[in-house]
Amino acid sequence: MTPEEIKNKIQTALPGTALKWVRDTLLIENPQDLPKVANFLKTSEEFRFDYLSSVTGADYLQYLEAVYHLYSMEKKTGPFVLRARVGRDQARIPSLVPLYRGAEYQEREAYDTYGIIFENHPDLRRIFMWEGFEGFPMRKDYVQEDSEILEASDIEWLEKHQVQVPEGMKKRAEELKKQGRRAVAERPGQPEPQ
Amino acid sequence: MAFTENLSSVDGGLKSELGKKGIVVATLNELYNWGRRSSIWPMQFGLACCAIEMIATACARYDIARFGAELFRPSPRQSDLMIVAGTVTKKMAPQVVRLYNQMAEPKYVITMGACSIAGGPFIDGYNVLRGIDRYIPIDVHLPGCPPRPEALLYGLMELQRKIDGQTIEKTEWYQKGLKREYPVPECGPHGLIPKFNPEVWAPREVDHRKERYGEPVLIGKKDKAPNLDAPVAARPAATSASSASQPSAS
Ligand code: SF4
Repeated sequence: MTPEEIKNKIQTALPGTALKWVRDTLLIENPQDLPKVANFLKTSEEFRFDYLSSVTGADYLQYLEAVYHLYSMEKKTGPFVLRARVGRDQARIPSLVPLYRGAEYQEREAYDTYGIIFENHPDLRRIFMWEGFEGFPMRKDYVQEDSEILEASDIEWLEKHQVQVPEGMKKRAEELKKQGRRAVAERPGQPEPQ
Repeated sequence: MAFTENLSSVDGGLKSELGKKGIVVATLNELYNWGRRSSIWPMQFGLACCAIEMIATACARYDIARFGAELFRPSPRQSDLMIVAGTVTKKMAPQVVRLYNQMAEPKYVITMGACSIAGGPFIDGYNVLRGIDRYIPIDVHLPGCPPRPEALLYGLMELQRKIDGQTIEKTEWYQKGLKREYPVPECGPHGLIPKFNPEVWAPREVDHRKERYGEPVLIGKKDKAPNLDAPVAARPAATSASSASQPSAS
């Protein structure tokens, strides 16, 4: 089957689905169509993609993407790659957990690191980072803390635990606090985050 | 902990001469240290790839038992050496510090591998602690990625040398007011709070990393997405319609 034929097959079965081949992957233009397409690929006699091997998040700066790799155990074909593209600010994609149970942890991972919200996911929590972590560390605009400079919260914590803090470190933390800034790691070639 | 080579007051040559006649001359201190150095019980825990080397060291080929450290204990209460073998992530660091606090005196720490010394290959990662020495004192730093089993044995021998240099009256754990429990860091919104414990560790005045390697360079700074619709020139698989990645079921 050529790529065009595959695309036509899906579109005749599911009218109104906008699809586009991007290199060797099938981009689903409206992410809300994703469960429909995946369901068709899983159940139709021709494809039988019964195994979802990975869900990956990706940051393309102007948008975020979730990439799905499907295999067919029955027909021994694959991978068949689906992409769903969403904006950085409203990153919402319907979850594939009802279709493929194995997607649960991988969607949690993509949520944890890229902040893509999977709608109808049964248990969307952080998986690698801890509760209370702020931001999504794999996004390209994430700024890391500078781990050599203590901040006011660190000083407070240390003093609560009766640890002697050298004056120089205290002063530096106070200065930062006055300026209302965090100590962040330098990223040369990128503008300072405001 | 200051390191002093233990010098016996009995001349070494005389000792070996007497030894040939079956007379053993030893100070109480020597016996004490000999006993301690020959039965170090390491804690049984590994954090990443370095742990595999540690396991190899404990097995028959390298046989850490020859040095008296074969009894890996699964409980911090029963062990006196912590081998931090592997990457310490920020999520794991509080547990490592807590394990250290739970160990009974005398306790020693070997950091095994670049990761536990300074973050290793993951030094710039958002999730990896830049060295466990930010929170607890270390006795032997063992560089390598991973260090070979021989290196771990050498590290153990260095630790034994250190134990040999201690004297009964002056050993730390018999002193008053010894503080060997360190506050356990907490997970905060951007990383660990605190970032390090200034009683144990302080950042260097000069950044040797920058001095040696210069400013980190970002290769090809990007501000927009790549054009995925453009054809790929150098990949023959993508140009032909029957690419392997598309199902070719009839
Ligand atoms: S130092 Fe190297 S081998 Fe050891 S844990 Fe780190 S990456 Fe793995």
